[in-house]
Amino acid sequence: MAVLANGVDPRLPFFSSNTASMRALVEDFHSRLEGIGRGGSEEARARHVSRGKLLARDRIDLLVDPGSPFLELGAMAAFGLYGDEVPSAGIVTGIGRVSGRECMIVANDATVKGGAYYPLTVKKHLRAQDVAMQNRLPCIYMVDSGGAFLPLQDEIFPDERNFGRIFYNQSRMSAAGIPQIAIVMGSCTAGGAYVPAMCDESIIVHNQGTIFLGGPPLVKAATGEVVTAEELGGADVHTRQSGVADHHATDDAHAIGIARRIIAGLGHPEKSARGLIPAREPLYPAEELYGIVPVDQRKPFDIRDIIARIVDASEFDEFKARYGATLVCGFAHIWGHPVGIVANNGILFSESAQKGAHFIELCSQREIPLVFLQNITGFMVGKRYEAGGIAKDGAKLVTAVSTTNVPKYTVVVGGSYGAGNYGMCGRAYSPRFLWMWPNARISVMGGEQAASVLSLLRREAIEAKGGVWSAEDEEAFRAPIREQYEQQGHPYYSTARLWDDGVIDPADTRRILALALSAGRNAPIEPTRFGVFRM
Amino acid sequence: MPAKPQRFERRFTKLLIANRGEIACRIIRTARRMGLHTVAIFSEADADSQHVSMADEAVLIGPASAAESYLRIDRIIEVAQRTGAEAIHPGYGFLSENESFAAACHEAGIIFVGPPVEAIRAMASKSAAKVLMEGSGVPLVPGYHGAEQGTDKLAAEAERIGFPVLVKASAGGGGKGMRLGEDAAGFAAALTAAKREAKAAFGDDHVLIEKFIARPRHIEVQIFGDTHGNIVSLFERECTLQRRHQKVVEEAPSSSLSEQERERVCSAARAAGAAVGYTGAGTVEFVANDDGFYFIEMNTRLQVEHPVTEAITGLDLVEWQLRVAFGEELPLGQDEITRSGHAFEVRIYAEDPQSGFLPSIGRIERWRQPPVGNGIRIDSGFREGDTVTPHYDPMLAKLIVSGSDRLQALDRLEAALAGFQVAGVKTNVSFLKALAAHPDVRAGKMDTGFIERELPRLLGHGEARIDDRDLAAAAAAVLAAENRSATSPWDTSDGWMMVGRRRRKLCFDDAEVTLTYERAGLSLETASGTRPFRVNPRLDGRLDVFYGDGKEVVSGVWLGREVDISTARGSRRLGFADPFAGESTVIADAGHLRAPMPGSVRQILAAPGDRLKRGEPLLIMEAMKMEHTLHAPADGTLIALRCGAGDFVQEGVELVEFEADGIDP
Repeated sequence: MAVLANGVDPRLPFFSSNTASMRALVEDFHSRLEGIGRGGSEEARARHVSRGKLLARDRIDLLVDPGSPFLELGAMAAFGLYGDEVPSAGIVTGIGRVSGRECMIVANDATVKGGAYYPLTVKKHLRAQDVAMQNRLPCIYMVDSGGAFLPLQDEIFPDERNFGRIFYNQSRMSAAGIPQIAIVMGSCTAGGAYVPAMCDESIIVHNQGTIFLGGPPLVKAATGEVVTAEELGGADVHTRQSGVADHHATDDAHAIGIARRIIAGLGHPEKSARGLIPAREPLYPAEELYGIVPVDQRKPFDIRDIIARIVDASEFDEFKARYGATLVCGFAHIWGHPVGIVANNGILFSESAQKGAHFIELCSQREIPLVFLQNITGFMVGKRYEAGGIAKDGAKLVTAVSTTNVPKYTVVVGGSYGAGNYGMCGRAYSPRFLWMWPNARISVMGGEQAASVLSLLRREAIEAKGGVWSAEDEEAFRAPIREQYEQQGHPYYSTARLWDDGVIDPADTRRILALALSAGRNAPIEPTRFGVFRM
Repeated sequence: MPAKPQRFERRFTKLLIANRGEIACRIIRTARRMGLHTVAIFSEADADSQHVSMADEAVLIGPASAAESYLRIDRIIEVAQRTGAEAIHPGYGFLSENESFAAACHEAGIIFVGPPVEAIRAMASKSAAKVLMEGSGVPLVPGYHGAEQGTDKLAAEAERIGFPVLVKASAGGGGKGMRLGEDAAGFAAALTAAKREAKAAFGDDHVLIEKFIARPRHIEVQIFGDTHGNIVSLFERECTLQRRHQKVVEEAPSSSLSEQERERVCSAARAAGAAVGYTGAGTVEFVANDDGFYFIEMNTRLQVEHPVTEAITGLDLVEWQLRVAFGEELPLGQDEITRSGHAFEVRIYAEDPQSGFLPSIGRIERWRQPPVGNGIRIDSGFREGDTVTPHYDPMLAKLIVSGSDRLQALDRLEAALAGFQVAGVKTNVSFLKALAAHPDVRAGKMDTGFIERELPRLLGHGEARIDDRDLAAAAAAVLAAENRSATSPWDTSDGWMMVGRRRRKLCFDDAEVTLTYERAGLSLETASGTRPFRVNPRLDGRLDVFYGDGKEVVSGVWLGREVDISTARGSRRLGFADPFAGESTVIADAGHLRAPMPGSVRQILAAPGDRLKRGEPLLIMEAMKMEHTLHAPADGTLIALRCGAGDFVQEGVELVEFEADGIDP
């Protein structure tokens, strides 16, 4: 394969200023995660631990194979929302290897509002199940939750993708042969009781786990019966009398050990090794990724410099390099996995869109997963381009992206604006995963463009009425628009709302893609049937 | 009558080795070098042993038990005939000094690589051997070796010799049937015990009495004879460091002999050999102290410790044995045999010095030895992955070191012992190291009781507290064992995650350590603090363990519930706690005992007030034509019975009132 040249000179001043600014973003991101990773308040954690319970992330540490990676999803969910008091939306989800098999782990964090389900908690739980379904990953639910956050019940309970969907997904996955395992490590009340009940196999921790449709207060109110939680739905009742749970564990660690044994007994997944070759490190250091992306988003950079720091041995076989050059397409390996890379290197023209659609057809034909590296302000506009049919060429790209059945992975390394987001496999196009670099921005258009468009319309309206609009007034009009776009386009804003699977450290990009590509092999690649391409 | 030694060359090309372990391997090496084909024999337990894989051919001779395999004369002769082996080397132990075997070989027309049958017979009985030696002018320990075994006669002889005296079984060996009589009063008891033991061990209660030699040293001389009437000596060995009459460390030359004494003892040994018309390799053993040296016995075979003689003379004694068996003359005359330097041999055993040197049975999970050459020789019969069985001697290997002088050899011995890293079975390596480092051993101030007296000090290392470096080594062993070859990104073991830092607790014996995986690397927290921690596998299979500001080379093997670690500081085994073990197996229903189904009570096995352990049978029910034993649901007390024998009970009826210990009501 062709080796990408080193297009970067770390000694240049702009490189070090880029690096400094990216490092500041990465450090800010890590320090926020540090706080988020602690979970609930110190008192809540102390109370939790004093009952002999492990913290949610410690449970995951013990559950996954020692020292193996944990690919957390949506770590910053609910960031800045609900009074900023629900870190990670009160639930930790991610892919980890358990007894040699990649599993989806969903762990309630009872130190965060008792593990209550906020709207975003539900969204995150469902997203984890979607990932499990798409990649055929066994699910392990470590349940420790008081159930729905009642003040927001209207956003949690009734809709299609609300709480009930959790159990629907469990049933569908079980029917599809994707194992569903629950460890009841705390309360599982009312609807929550169905999480273990709907599982293939469940474990309950003595004196900690309880499962009941109505808790002791409800029972007392309804029938006057006075009963303790343990008597009503404790481990003994459910493993000896009701059969609601299958395994009795004496503590968290014991329960986790039983879960590991269950997973070990599932047998080997049918993970295809098609096209897999030994992994090789890139030729250039990952840390240099910090210096490549300019601080000023309007400044261009060569996307190949990023590709060279992500792919094996920095080898990249470019497709149609001389045609539609603003979209770079080509084949490479990431940790030994063959991938087709589609990466922006400027605005999208008709040729670039056609080339992208062609390349996606190639990858679909060859069953090669696609990696999209997004840095796109949008499609070219103007009379010449509209007349040239850029809309139908854009549609070709969107059709190809939408209908291909190979796994798609998207990383937003810069801007993600407008129809560019669509053509480059934004969230709406169901990539298996979508991650954002901390410098990324996402919105229907850039803040400056939005301000310009809106102020232009405003000026026309004012001037049509014979009015005059001063430059100061215009700036006063534009500033809040820019500010709003800046705020809403920020990756923290995006990730808090689960528009993505997480903000990532650019230096981790290769590893994260590799983990996701590997996990993706748990599901077979279905043949693709494309939609009608408008010619 | 056996024929006279044949005086013509009888060179053979195929040799059967009637032995196993390191000595079989060692003989095969020399035989192969001399161009001979080799045939190994093996028991069912040894099918995968090293000697079997080294030999050109190998034949199964029977079950594991030595009596049914390596001691089966008929089978071995038959195998030799079947495979066309013209000669049999018996090694040491097993049939090496068995005159019937030598005779059987002779009858079958097979060359026995060893002395003539008569020499074996002459030396087989200690009493008879001593009579023979006395006649040849070989000094004997004052004693009584007579046939008259009356108690009064023996007591009188003991008085004559002078107390303290030793009473020994005439047919004995290995310390069995041997007793010390300190004075006339103690003698009677010693005699009774020795006779009883002799009868039990050898079927013969004849005893001999000898003067007890205070602070004795063990000196032995290697002799060689050929079928042409030549007898030479190859200097002496000192095997004073013994434990329960088993040699532990052997050296050559002896540090306690002057040149005149050396010549006297060697010439006495040659005289002893000449007295029995000796051919091949033999060893004449003496007990020595400042007063002189006295003949004990002659071993008519190659000794375990022969390599120390090889180390100082530069000769191959097995080659000499085979040449003698060919009918050749000895390769060198007495005055051509020279020595240089000093050599030690230690025997590395699969045994646990900390628990009375009990043999340690099991699979050798790891075997690392120091590089050979430069004065280091290792004769081993085991490889990594082999199993030490209870059927045979658990000697794993012999380490032979030589140096230009005694202290250099001792220094090398210590260093070489540090290079052994064995896991899976316990070994005496640390004990041997302590021995090599002991100032009295270095000064040559030893006697045969030295090890027994110094045992607490020699075992001292094993008692040392677990320190943080041990915990780091154990954690490294666990991590290394878990380390997967990273074909998938999921195989990596750096604990990568996006949020926070991964933690992991490991429990070794009573100590808990916490590993923290950070982006910058690992750290290890112990009771005394947190330090950076890194493990790098080395090319030799060991681990470089960086902990705090130091680095140690660790050989570690994780065996599930235990971790064996060896470092330059020593070896130890730590318990490893299963992190997933439940705290206990208490079931919440422990306070009740209910009828599992309708049926009748057949028998009640406990009475009210009885203390019962969990699982103890409490009563027997009969239902559906089956008996069901109901057990105590927990540790606790039977308070009262709610049923009687013969009662018919319904399902779920509480049968007894039982109070479990420590269960919340």
